[in-house]
Amino acid sequence: MSEGFFSRGFRGRRRQQAQETHLPPGQYLVDGFPVLSAGPTPRTPLEEWDFSIVGEVDEPKTWAWEEFRELPSEEITTDIHCVTKWSKLGTRWEGVSVDTLLEEVETAAEYIVAFCDGGYTTNLPLDDVTGGKAWITYSYGGEPLEPEHGGPARLLVPHLYFWKSAKWVRGLRLVTEDEPGFWESLGYHNYGDPWREQRYWGD
Amino acid sequence: MAEIRARGRLLWRIGEVVETRPETPRTRSLFLEVPGWEGHKAGQHVDVRLTAEDGYQAQRSYSIASAPEDRRLTLVVERLEDGEVSPYLTDVLRAGDGLELRGPIGGWFTWEAREGGPLLLVAGGSGIAPLMAMIRHRAAARSDAPTRLLYSSRSREDAIYAEELDHLSAEDRVLEVTHTLTRSQPPGWTGYSRRIDREMLEEVGWPSEERPLRLRLRPDTAGRDGGDGARRTRT
Repeated sequence: MSEGFFSRGFRGRRRQQAQETHLPPGQYLVDGFPVLSAGPTPRTPLEEWDFSIVGEVDEPKTWAWEEFRELPSEEITTDIHCVTKWSKLGTRWEGVSVDTLLEEVETAAEYIVAFCDGGYTTNLPLDDVTGGKAWITYSYGGEPLEPEHGGPARLLVPHLYFWKSAKWVRGLRLVTEDEPGFWESLGYHNYGDPWREQRYWGD
Repeated sequence: MAEIRARGRLLWRIGEVVETRPETPRTRSLFLEVPGWEGHKAGQHVDVRLTAEDGYQAQRSYSIASAPEDRRLTLVVERLEDGEVSPYLTDVLRAGDGLELRGPIGGWFTWEAREGGPLLLVAGGSGIAPLMAMIRHRAAARSDAPTRLLYSSRSREDAIYAEELDHLSAEDRVLEVTHTLTRSQPPGWTGYSRRIDREMLEEVGWPSEERPLRLRLRPDTAGRDGGDGARRTRT
């Protein structure tokens, strides 16, 4: 419908090519770290915090904070892409690979629902959180993850739009049928691949 | 929970700019006619896409400031000095130009008159846009939902829609508008002159027993990111 249209007088600001190639379509670079959330910032004391794997598993698993911190961790440097259009390159995180957590359980599930303090949920195919593609992070830029960015712990799935990287995550529920999460029920794309610009339903 | 529209692809289409109008020294309203616009809910946003002649594109999100009942779709754009898109929209775009957009988007940060109140609306700067859509919708639908707006601006002249808000609240006993002016205040100003804080929210807001619906936009994310950086809570 809008093929061939251009915006009279718009030139735009082209980035250096090296940066441009790291940006999915429709994204722009930011230096800061915008804060977006759907509700108030929950503050769970670490002594009450735990992380669980539940749902379609042979036996649910739960780690208290101290136990969780003793799991082998990885350092991750990655680009992140928010559906509201900003991208940030080369962010540094530390956390536990979801592979490490799932080693502890047996499952026939094909999807997961990440659940969080505050009631937020997001859904992902199991294949998108295994094979070194997702982590439960507790450190950002060498510092403990701040509550406004999802601390004490945040799911990190950098190959999908950043709403999939759920803040204040408390566990993963393994399910055999896909269940749309919070934003996925409110008009946002069920999968959310930034390189295919899957922002909204039908994209 | 708000109803959600049927699943379908959000297509890019071209709206016609029928008028632009400065609101404050740093903001401008864009009035658009969008062929086939299906309507929106107060609080939703659109994605805007600019295309240069060589095909280069840039996209941003803008909240809709007009009520669903209004004839023209209205966006209010704050000019960011180092911005790529906003200076084009405020300084270059003029009546008669096309503007490519898609939407409406966002099913969470919305309010419809039938949801009732009381409502606490909180915003800074151009974050007023989606809340203005709610206030205008409330007036157009003749809703009597008790509503309080707490609005933070740098100065009186930076307060977008100040006159319209004065006018609306003067004729409506259950619409209360409270300004805070954080950088400079007119002579004789007796209102707030600091950034929004917890104490101010408690003084202006509703007691929790009244179970108010609170819709709040952070000044640093508002407007540009649409309603989805926003908080909507009922306690």
